[in-house]
Amino acid sequence: MDSEFEPNIPIYVQIMNDIKRRIVSEQLKPEDKLHSVREMSVKLKVNPNTIQRAYRELERQGITYKQRGMGTFVSGDISVINNLKREMAQDVLCNFMRDMKGLGFSPKEIVEIVRENIREDI
Amino acid sequence: METILKCTDLKKSYFRKTALNGLNLEIKKGRITGLLGPNGSGKTTFLKIIAGILRPSSGEILINGNRPGIKTKAQVSYLPDRDYLYKWMRISDAVNFFDDMYDDFDKEKAGEMLKFMNLSEDSKVRELSKGMSEKLYLTLVLSRKSQLYVLDEPLGGVDPTTREKILDAILKNYTEESSILITTHLVSDIERLFDDVAFISEGRIVLFGNAEELRSERKMSIDEIYREVFR
Repeated sequence: MDSEFEPNIPIYVQIMNDIKRRIVSEQLKPEDKLHSVREMSVKLKVNPNTIQRAYRELERQGITYKQRGMGTFVSGDISVINNLKREMAQDVLCNFMRDMKGLGFSPKEIVEIVRENIREDI
Repeated sequence: METILKCTDLKKSYFRKTALNGLNLEIKKGRITGLLGPNGSGKTTFLKIIAGILRPSSGEILINGNRPGIKTKAQVSYLPDRDYLYKWMRISDAVNFFDDMYDDFDKEKAGEMLKFMNLSEDSKVRELSKGMSEKLYLTLVLSRKSQLYVLDEPLGGVDPTTREKILDAILKNYTEESSILITTHLVSDIERLFDDVAFISEGRIVLFGNAEELRSERKMSIDEIYREVFR
Protein backbone atom coordinates (compact mmCIF):
# COMPACT_ATOMS: atom_id res chain seq x y z
CA MET A 1 0.00 0.00 0.00
CA ASP A 2 1.15 3.45 -0.80
CA SER A 3 1.87 4.94 2.56
CA GLU A 4 0.30 8.28 1.70
CA PHE A 5 -3.06 8.70 3.37
CA GLU A 6 -5.86 11.09 2.65
CA PRO A 7 -5.78 13.71 5.38
CA ASN A 8 -9.48 13.93 6.11
CA ILE A 9 -10.52 10.28 6.34
CA PRO A 10 -9.78 8.19 9.43
CA ILE A 11 -6.69 6.09 8.78
CA TYR A 12 -8.35 2.83 9.85
CA VAL A 13 -11.03 3.34 7.17
CA GLN A 14 -8.35 3.88 4.54
CA ILE A 15 -6.53 0.74 5.62
CA MET A 16 -9.79 -1.21 5.44
CA ASN A 17 -10.50 0.12 1.96
CA ASP A 18 -7.04 -0.80 0.78
CA ILE A 19 -7.40 -4.36 2.04
CA LYS A 20 -10.82 -4.63 0.42
CA ARG A 21 -9.40 -3.39 -2.86
CA ARG A 22 -6.65 -5.96 -2.68
CA ILE A 23 -9.17 -8.72 -2.00
CA VAL A 24 -11.43 -7.71 -4.87
CA SER A 25 -8.50 -7.43 -7.29
CA GLU A 26 -7.32 -10.87 -6.11
CA GLN A 27 -3.96 -9.67 -4.87
CA LEU A 28 -5.25 -11.22 -1.67
CA LYS A 29 -7.01 -14.50 -2.31
CA PRO A 30 -9.56 -16.33 -0.16
CA GLU A 31 -7.91 -17.91 2.88
CA ASP A 32 -4.76 -15.79 2.45
CA LYS A 33 -3.19 -14.63 5.69
CA LEU A 34 -3.00 -10.89 6.36
CA HIS A 35 0.15 -9.36 7.81
CA SER A 36 0.17 -9.32 11.58
CA VAL A 37 -0.87 -6.09 13.28
CA ARG A 38 2.72 -5.44 14.24
CA GLU A 39 4.09 -6.01 10.73
CA MET A 40 1.46 -3.74 9.23
CA SER A 41 2.13 -1.12 11.84
CA VAL A 42 5.84 -0.95 11.08
CA LYS A 43 5.26 -1.22 7.32
CA LEU A 44 2.78 1.64 7.17
CA LYS A 45 4.24 3.56 10.14
CA VAL A 46 0.84 3.60 11.73
CA ASN A 47 -0.14 3.15 15.36
CA PRO A 48 -0.82 -0.57 16.09
CA ASN A 49 -4.15 0.27 17.71
CA THR A 50 -5.27 1.85 14.43
CA ILE A 51 -4.40 -1.33 12.50
CA GLN A 52 -6.13 -3.36 15.19
CA ARG A 53 -9.25 -1.30 14.70
CA ALA A 54 -9.21 -1.81 10.92
CA TYR A 55 -8.79 -5.57 11.38
CA ARG A 56 -11.55 -5.73 13.98
CA GLU A 57 -13.92 -3.89 11.67
CA LEU A 58 -13.10 -6.14 8.68
CA GLU A 59 -13.75 -9.15 10.87
CA ARG A 60 -17.04 -7.71 12.04
CA GLN A 61 -18.10 -7.28 8.41
CA GLY A 62 -17.28 -10.94 7.76
CA ILE A 63 -14.58 -10.11 5.24
CA THR A 64 -11.85 -11.67 7.32
CA TYR A 65 -11.77 -14.07 10.22
CA LYS A 66 -9.36 -14.55 13.06
CA GLN A 67 -7.88 -17.86 14.03
CA ARG A 68 -6.63 -17.87 17.57
CA GLY A 69 -2.85 -17.88 17.66
CA MET A 70 -2.60 -18.06 13.87
CA GLY A 71 -3.56 -14.64 12.62
CA THR A 72 -6.17 -13.02 10.44
CA PHE A 73 -7.29 -14.59 7.16
CA VAL A 74 -9.37 -13.52 4.18
CA SER A 75 -12.76 -15.20 4.21
CA GLY A 76 -13.01 -18.34 2.10
CA ASP A 77 -16.64 -17.58 1.32
CA ILE A 78 -16.82 -16.56 -2.35
CA SER A 79 -20.21 -14.90 -1.89
CA VAL A 80 -18.71 -12.51 0.67
CA ILE A 81 -16.08 -11.48 -1.81
CA ASN A 82 -18.58 -11.15 -4.64
CA ASN A 83 -20.75 -8.96 -2.46
CA LEU A 84 -17.75 -6.83 -1.65
CA LYS A 85 -16.97 -6.49 -5.32
CA ARG A 86 -20.53 -5.43 -6.10
CA GLU A 87 -20.54 -2.97 -3.24
CA MET A 88 -17.33 -1.35 -4.39
CA ALA A 89 -18.54 -1.22 -7.98
CA GLN A 90 -21.67 0.52 -6.75
CA ASP A 91 -19.55 3.17 -5.05
CA VAL A 92 -17.52 3.78 -8.19
CA LEU A 93 -20.70 3.98 -10.24
CA CYS A 94 -22.39 6.40 -7.87
CA ASN A 95 -19.44 8.77 -8.00
CA PHE A 96 -19.26 8.47 -11.77
CA MET A 97 -22.97 9.20 -12.25
CA ARG A 98 -22.81 12.15 -9.91
CA ASP A 99 -19.81 13.61 -11.72
CA MET A 100 -21.31 13.06 -15.17
CA LYS A 101 -24.59 14.64 -14.16
CA GLY A 102 -22.56 17.50 -12.74
CA LEU A 103 -21.08 17.96 -16.19
CA GLY A 104 -24.61 18.21 -17.58
CA PHE A 105 -24.98 14.82 -19.28
CA SER A 106 -28.37 13.15 -19.41
CA PRO A 107 -28.64 9.46 -18.46
CA LYS A 108 -29.11 8.58 -22.10
CA GLU A 109 -25.98 10.44 -23.14
CA ILE A 110 -24.06 8.80 -20.33
CA VAL A 111 -25.03 5.34 -21.55
CA GLU A 112 -23.97 6.37 -25.03
CA ILE A 113 -20.55 7.58 -23.88
CA VAL A 114 -19.95 4.46 -21.80
CA ARG A 115 -20.87 2.26 -24.74
CA GLU A 116 -18.45 4.09 -27.03
CA ASN A 117 -15.66 3.82 -24.51
CA ILE A 118 -16.18 0.16 -23.98
CA ARG A 119 -15.98 -0.41 -27.73
CA GLU A 120 -12.67 1.50 -27.85
CA ASP A 121 -11.34 -0.54 -24.97
CA ILE A 122 -11.88 -3.77 -26.87
CA MET B 1 -8.38 1.37 30.98
CA GLU B 2 -5.73 2.12 33.57
CA THR B 3 -4.39 5.63 33.89
CA ILE B 4 -0.63 5.98 33.84
CA LEU B 5 -0.34 9.75 34.11
CA LYS B 6 -2.77 12.28 35.51
CA CYS B 7 -2.19 16.01 35.86
CA THR B 8 -4.58 18.38 37.50
CA ASP B 9 -4.25 22.15 37.28
CA LEU B 10 -0.49 21.89 36.97
CA LYS B 11 1.38 25.18 37.18
CA LYS B 12 5.01 26.11 36.85
CA SER B 13 6.58 29.53 36.86
CA TYR B 14 10.19 30.56 36.58
CA PHE B 15 10.29 33.72 38.68
CA ARG B 16 7.81 35.94 36.86
CA LYS B 17 7.52 33.89 33.71
CA THR B 18 4.73 31.32 33.57
CA ALA B 19 5.55 28.12 31.69
CA LEU B 20 2.60 25.94 32.72
CA ASN B 21 -0.66 27.61 33.51
CA GLY B 22 -3.21 25.07 34.76
CA LEU B 23 -2.45 22.03 32.66
CA ASN B 24 -4.84 19.07 32.80
CA LEU B 25 -4.02 15.81 31.05
CA GLU B 26 -4.64 12.13 31.48
CA ILE B 27 -2.73 9.38 29.69
CA LYS B 28 -4.00 5.82 29.59
CA LYS B 29 -1.94 2.68 29.59
CA GLY B 30 -0.94 1.29 26.20
CA ARG B 31 -1.48 4.48 24.25
CA ILE B 32 0.75 6.73 22.22
CA THR B 33 -0.04 10.39 22.86
CA GLY B 34 1.24 13.32 20.86
CA LEU B 35 1.86 16.56 22.73
CA LEU B 36 1.75 19.20 20.05
CA GLY B 37 2.61 22.84 20.37
CA PRO B 38 4.93 25.55 19.07
CA ASN B 39 8.23 26.50 20.68
CA GLY B 40 7.77 28.04 24.09
CA SER B 41 4.34 26.53 24.72
CA GLY B 42 5.53 24.58 27.77
CA LYS B 43 6.19 21.14 26.29
CA THR B 44 9.69 20.69 27.62
CA THR B 45 8.86 22.09 31.04
CA PHE B 46 5.99 19.63 31.28
CA LEU B 47 8.16 16.67 30.29
CA LYS B 48 10.82 17.67 32.78
CA ILE B 49 8.20 17.65 35.52
CA ILE B 50 7.09 14.17 34.46
CA ALA B 51 10.72 13.03 34.48
CA GLY B 52 11.14 14.40 38.01
CA ILE B 53 13.76 16.97 37.04
CA LEU B 54 11.61 20.02 37.79
CA ARG B 55 9.03 20.49 40.52
CA PRO B 56 5.66 22.01 39.72
CA SER B 57 4.83 25.32 41.45
CA SER B 58 1.32 24.07 42.17
CA GLY B 59 -1.23 21.52 41.07
CA GLU B 60 -0.95 17.78 41.08
CA ILE B 61 0.83 15.24 38.92
CA LEU B 62 0.52 11.52 39.53
CA ILE B 63 2.41 8.79 37.71
CA ASN B 64 0.85 5.43 38.46
CA GLY B 65 -0.69 7.14 41.45
CA ASN B 66 2.61 8.50 42.79
CA ARG B 67 4.11 12.00 42.81
CA PRO B 68 7.33 12.29 40.79
CA GLY B 69 10.22 10.95 42.86
CA ILE B 70 12.57 8.02 43.16
CA LYS B 71 9.79 5.55 42.55
CA THR B 72 8.47 7.20 39.40
CA LYS B 73 11.94 7.85 38.00
CA ALA B 74 12.31 4.10 37.77
CA GLN B 75 9.09 3.91 35.73
CA VAL B 76 9.66 6.83 33.38
CA SER B 77 12.18 6.77 30.55
CA TYR B 78 12.92 10.30 29.38
CA LEU B 79 14.49 11.46 26.13
CA PRO B 80 15.58 15.08 26.63
CA ASP B 81 15.84 17.45 23.71
CA ARG B 82 19.52 18.07 24.49
CA ASP B 83 22.69 16.00 24.44
CA TYR B 84 23.87 14.86 27.84
CA LEU B 85 26.38 12.04 27.30
CA TYR B 86 30.05 12.75 27.98
CA LYS B 87 31.95 13.57 24.86
CA TRP B 88 34.83 11.19 25.65
CA MET B 89 32.47 8.19 25.64
CA ARG B 90 32.24 5.58 23.00
CA ILE B 91 28.77 4.18 22.29
CA SER B 92 29.70 1.06 24.27
CA ASP B 93 30.53 3.31 27.28
CA ALA B 94 27.16 4.98 26.97
CA VAL B 95 25.45 1.60 26.97
CA ASN B 96 27.35 0.52 30.08
CA PHE B 97 26.55 3.85 31.71
CA PHE B 98 22.84 3.24 31.19
CA ASP B 99 23.21 -0.35 32.32
CA ASP B 100 24.73 0.88 35.60
CA MET B 101 22.19 3.66 36.04
CA TYR B 102 18.96 1.76 35.44
CA ASP B 103 17.86 -1.60 36.78
CA ASP B 104 15.36 -2.00 33.96
CA PHE B 105 17.93 -1.47 31.20
CA ASP B 106 18.08 -4.37 28.72
CA LYS B 107 21.62 -4.47 27.37
CA GLU B 108 20.87 -7.18 24.86
CA LYS B 109 17.99 -5.21 23.42
CA ALA B 110 20.21 -2.13 23.20
CA GLY B 111 22.75 -4.14 21.21
CA GLU B 112 20.08 -5.28 18.76
CA MET B 113 18.66 -1.80 18.40
CA LEU B 114 22.10 -0.31 17.74
CA LYS B 115 22.50 -2.78 14.88
CA PHE B 116 19.08 -1.86 13.55
CA MET B 117 20.08 1.80 13.72
CA ASN B 118 23.37 1.06 11.92
CA LEU B 119 25.42 2.35 14.83
CA SER B 120 28.75 0.82 15.79
CA GLU B 121 29.54 0.39 19.48
CA ASP B 122 33.08 1.58 18.83
CA SER B 123 32.02 5.01 17.57
CA LYS B 124 32.81 7.98 19.72
CA VAL B 125 29.90 10.04 20.97
CA ARG B 126 31.81 13.20 20.03
CA GLU B 127 32.02 12.13 16.38
CA LEU B 128 28.33 11.33 15.84
CA SER B 129 26.26 13.38 13.44
CA LYS B 130 23.01 14.94 14.64
CA GLY B 131 20.96 12.07 13.23
CA MET B 132 23.25 9.38 14.62
CA SER B 133 23.26 10.89 18.05
CA GLU B 134 19.46 11.14 18.01
CA LYS B 135 19.34 7.44 17.14
CA LEU B 136 21.75 6.62 19.96
CA TYR B 137 19.76 8.51 22.59
CA LEU B 138 16.55 6.92 21.42
CA THR B 139 18.14 3.46 21.56
CA LEU B 140 19.23 4.04 25.14
CA VAL B 141 15.88 5.40 26.23
CA LEU B 142 13.81 2.69 24.53
CA SER B 143 16.04 -0.10 25.84
CA ARG B 144 14.73 0.49 29.32
CA LYS B 145 11.68 -1.53 30.25
CA SER B 146 9.61 1.41 31.45
CA GLN B 147 5.94 2.07 31.84
CA LEU B 148 6.05 5.56 30.41
CA TYR B 149 8.37 6.75 27.66
CA VAL B 150 8.60 10.50 27.36
CA LEU B 151 10.23 11.61 24.13
CA ASP B 152 11.04 15.27 23.58
CA GLU B 153 11.27 16.05 19.86
CA PRO B 154 12.68 12.68 18.76
CA LEU B 155 12.57 13.84 15.13
CA GLY B 156 14.21 17.23 15.66
CA GLY B 157 16.58 18.05 12.82
CA VAL B 158 17.05 14.59 11.33
CA ASP B 159 16.93 13.60 7.67
CA PRO B 160 14.04 11.57 6.18
CA THR B 161 15.85 8.20 6.25
CA THR B 162 16.78 8.64 9.90
CA ARG B 163 13.24 9.77 10.62
CA GLU B 164 11.91 6.47 9.21
CA LYS B 165 14.32 4.48 11.35
CA ILE B 166 13.25 6.39 14.43
CA LEU B 167 9.55 5.86 13.71
CA ASP B 168 10.21 2.16 13.11
CA ALA B 169 12.09 1.88 16.38
CA ILE B 170 9.29 3.55 18.32
CA LEU B 171 6.66 1.29 16.74
CA LYS B 172 8.71 -1.86 17.23
CA ASN B 173 9.22 -0.98 20.85
CA TYR B 174 5.58 -0.24 21.55
CA THR B 175 3.74 -2.70 23.77
CA GLU B 176 0.31 -2.61 25.33
CA GLU B 177 2.00 -2.55 28.71
CA SER B 178 3.60 0.85 28.26
CA SER B 179 2.58 4.33 27.21
CA ILE B 180 4.49 6.80 25.09
CA LEU B 181 4.27 10.59 25.17
CA ILE B 182 5.92 12.34 22.23
CA THR B 183 6.29 16.08 21.75
CA THR B 184 6.73 17.59 18.34
CA HIS B 185 5.99 20.59 16.23
CA LEU B 186 6.62 18.58 13.05
CA VAL B 187 3.21 16.98 13.09
CA SER B 188 2.75 15.51 9.63
CA ASP B 189 5.75 13.16 9.89
CA ILE B 190 4.49 11.43 12.95
CA GLU B 191 0.75 11.92 13.30
CA ARG B 192 -0.07 8.37 12.20
CA LEU B 193 1.61 7.08 15.34
CA PHE B 194 -0.75 8.77 17.72
CA ASP B 195 -3.76 7.31 19.48
CA ASP B 196 -4.48 10.62 21.15
CA VAL B 197 -3.28 14.14 20.62
CA ALA B 198 -3.05 17.03 23.06
CA PHE B 199 -2.50 20.55 21.79
CA ILE B 200 -0.59 22.73 24.22
CA SER B 201 -0.56 26.50 24.09
CA GLU B 202 0.73 28.96 26.67
CA GLY B 203 1.05 26.25 29.28
CA ARG B 204 -2.35 24.65 29.01
CA ILE B 205 -4.04 21.96 26.95
CA VAL B 206 -6.35 23.72 24.50
CA LEU B 207 -7.56 20.64 22.65
CA PHE B 208 -7.41 16.93 23.43
CA GLY B 209 -8.87 14.00 21.56
CA ASN B 210 -8.58 10.69 19.81
CA ALA B 211 -6.62 11.29 16.60
CA GLU B 212 -8.94 9.27 14.36
CA GLU B 213 -12.05 10.91 15.77
CA LEU B 214 -10.59 14.38 15.33
CA ARG B 215 -9.76 13.55 11.71
CA SER B 216 -13.27 12.41 10.89
CA GLU B 217 -15.03 15.11 12.92
CA ARG B 218 -13.10 17.97 11.39
CA LYS B 219 -12.35 16.39 8.00
CA MET B 220 -8.75 17.45 8.45
CA SER B 221 -5.45 15.83 9.22
CA ILE B 222 -3.95 16.45 12.65
CA ASP B 223 -1.34 18.56 10.90
CA GLU B 224 -4.06 20.78 9.43
CA ILE B 225 -5.82 21.03 12.78
CA TYR B 226 -2.49 22.03 14.30
CA ARG B 227 -2.11 24.81 11.77
CA GLU B 228 -5.58 26.02 12.56
CA VAL B 229 -5.18 25.92 16.34
CA PHE B 230 -1.85 27.73 16.26
CA ARG B 231 -2.56 30.17 13.48
